[in-house]
Amino acid sequence: MSAISKRFPGVVALDSVDFDLAAGEIVALVGENGAGKSTLMKILAGIIRADSGAIHIDGTPVTMPGPGDAARLGIAVIHQERELIDTLDVAGNVFLGREPTRGGRLRLLDRRRMHAETQQQLARIGVQIPARTPLRDLSAAQQQLVSIVRAISMNARMLILDEPTSSLPSTDAERLFDVLRELRRSGTAIVYISHRLKEIEILADRAVVLRDGRNAGTLARDAISHDRLVQLMVGRVVDKVSPRVEAPAGPAVLRIERLRTGRYPDVEISLDIHRAEVLGIAGLVGAGRTELAEAICGVGPRRSGEIVLDGRPLAIHSARDAIRHGICLVPEDRRRCGVVAPMSVRENVTLPALSSYARLGLIGRSAEATAVRRMAAELTVKAASIESPVATLSGGNQQKVVLAKWLALRPRVLVFDEPTQGVDVGAKAEIHRLIRTLAQEGAAVVLISSDMEEIVAESDRVAVMHDGRITGVLPRSRCTPESIMQLAVA
Amino acid sequence: MTRKDLGVLLLFVVLCVIVAAASPQFLSVANLQNVGRLVGTYGIFSIGVGIVIMTGGIDLSVGSICALLGVLLSMMLVEWGWPAGPALAAVLALGAGLGAAHGFLIARLRLQPFIVTLCGLLLYRGAARYVADDSTKGFGTGEGFEWLRAAAAGHVAGVPMPFVILCVIAVVAWLVVHRSVYGRHLIAVGHNEEASRYSGIRTIRVVAVAYVISGLLAAVSAVIIAFYTNSVSPASHGNFYELYAIAAAVVGGCSLRGGEGTVLGIVIGAALLQVLRNLVNLLDIPSSLDFAVMGAVILAGAIADQVIARRSRRSLVGRR
Repeated sequence: MSAISKRFPGVVALDSVDFDLAAGEIVALVGENGAGKSTLMKILAGIIRADSGAIHIDGTPVTMPGPGDAARLGIAVIHQERELIDTLDVAGNVFLGREPTRGGRLRLLDRRRMHAETQQQLARIGVQIPARTPLRDLSAAQQQLVSIVRAISMNARMLILDEPTSSLPSTDAERLFDVLRELRRSGTAIVYISHRLKEIEILADRAVVLRDGRNAGTLARDAISHDRLVQLMVGRVVDKVSPRVEAPAGPAVLRIERLRTGRYPDVEISLDIHRAEVLGIAGLVGAGRTELAEAICGVGPRRSGEIVLDGRPLAIHSARDAIRHGICLVPEDRRRCGVVAPMSVRENVTLPALSSYARLGLIGRSAEATAVRRMAAELTVKAASIESPVATLSGGNQQKVVLAKWLALRPRVLVFDEPTQGVDVGAKAEIHRLIRTLAQEGAAVVLISSDMEEIVAESDRVAVMHDGRITGVLPRSRCTPESIMQLAVA
Repeated sequence: MTRKDLGVLLLFVVLCVIVAAASPQFLSVANLQNVGRLVGTYGIFSIGVGIVIMTGGIDLSVGSICALLGVLLSMMLVEWGWPAGPALAAVLALGAGLGAAHGFLIARLRLQPFIVTLCGLLLYRGAARYVADDSTKGFGTGEGFEWLRAAAAGHVAGVPMPFVILCVIAVVAWLVVHRSVYGRHLIAVGHNEEASRYSGIRTIRVVAVAYVISGLLAAVSAVIIAFYTNSVSPASHGNFYELYAIAAAVVGGCSLRGGEGTVLGIVIGAALLQVLRNLVNLLDIPSSLDFAVMGAVILAGAIADQVIARRSRRSLVGRR
């Protein structure tokens, strides 16, 4: 792939990126969130098209109008979400969409052939799973191996693995590495995308680093090291930081004690959040930040642990419980969890506090409208009127509606999960100003963000997460993109 | 009044004008009374089912509830000699109770509404036939519960009672759905249950209460219908009522995806269906075509609605 460029509305995702891959080679593709890794691989897999640049396979230029063409050329992608069907067995999944048939025009499934060939392929990469096992009986790791078998049974010569180990325990990851090495020996070219730099040190023959949509550098096998990778990822030389928890300035408003989330049930998290403070939570996608936020705010599962507000342990079993105690969440998925898009600005803003506008269960409509108009003006929500459906608003204004919803309740703790994702620059600044004001007024603010600049600029302290655990808490004076990244890829 | 309501109302008025023009009988007092009674009867349980549909659910059990409660009402009054007051209270409580059971299974245990209420449809029909020993139950000469019969099947100043009751219930339902905290939560849950939960709404309770309302209104209808027909044959009484209710709600602007719909729309939808049936009657269309006419008109309405919605969406995108 040479000089690949791709722009999306408002951003240049890839700027003249070069990438090459040889048979029998494992190349790691590394970079921060948003560095362009996924975009580059989507172009290679024919899922999206590059604006400019060329792709050559075996020296021949190729065009890839769709994913089918990529598959024909022997390119297969193993996604983070495995695209397999739970109720089919292993063979059924391996042959999904190209089942062998028998019986001529009757087109009956040739199950015997499916099973035999699947078993053969499984044996080839040294995996012992019966081809008749229903997929749902397999572990996440085994399902991933089925995806790989599916790819190689389609004669894939190039295999792209996107964060294959993000949901696997480390022992299963080892098994996966063995399989990948086996494939390398037989000449398959493998692109390995991962945030786990340790794995890359172990596995990769070469590491290609992207930064802000450009080539940041390539490391040969012997040159791959954790520090070199981080340095290329953030673009500067990095001082080694020693993670340590700062002594809290005063009594904590919110204390999280030994909390375990549903996604990382083996990890206990403890964290203090102080009055009038913005606590940033940094980390890469999948580090467990959202799960932590949702557990605190009562919307996500909490396996165990205490949430202590002003020294009193709270019984939080639902969002309603958390809200009653003044703990509110601005969720990451705005359209699904933040707003009821078809309803009006007015109806959305008053949703959590409707009873306060009601007498005998009936809503006082003028009081409601007055309050909403005031909130909307305060937050400069740009909408045709407060009766406009939230769906018609821009992302930034939708986010302000979510904020207005909570500000009316005067929350003690407000948790923002990626509050400025998909928000334009102007609204972003306003949301930052609001976060600051909230903290100054005495609220405890938690700011989860993948936007490094945002985290560094807006936080008083930063907790960094990796693989479900907090790998360090940095005071403001020591918050730099480098120090955070160092902890985030631990 | 929403634009959708206006559309349904317009369709309703046009239909009435056509029927009136084609058959002068349509506007006769006797016919209007008859249609009014039917609109009242069907409108009441349609509102209940419509509220369930607003949550994104469905209630298929109302017809069988009418049969079961009709049979039980007759037995309480005639065979067991219960006074009218307690009998009425028991029937209403039973209706609400069955609705609560549906609500528990659907909202709390997360069973699918279609399955739960389909089982209700089968169960209560079977129960009705069993308790009645599959024989028709009636109300005899009606001694001792005259007031209840009058309240359910009589007239006030020439207006049939079912229609009067529908008007009262519609006003209350309008307040509940369009003016109360519960109604707002109902619509929010119907549109987006996840965001509602994140906003601290007790979504389980909101959904369950919708089924209680549906069960209760089915019970009210059951009393009215039982006294109107004056005989309850458990195998056929109330057959297809759930489909009338769903049709009324959908014609009236409810979306089966939830979140959409108005009480006024449902009432007009229910009225529209009865006028259609009346049309089949008055215009000497073979009554065997009754359902076919209804199906054709509803389908035409749904297609028109979809076409209009798509066009307005396109113009919205165009403006941007």
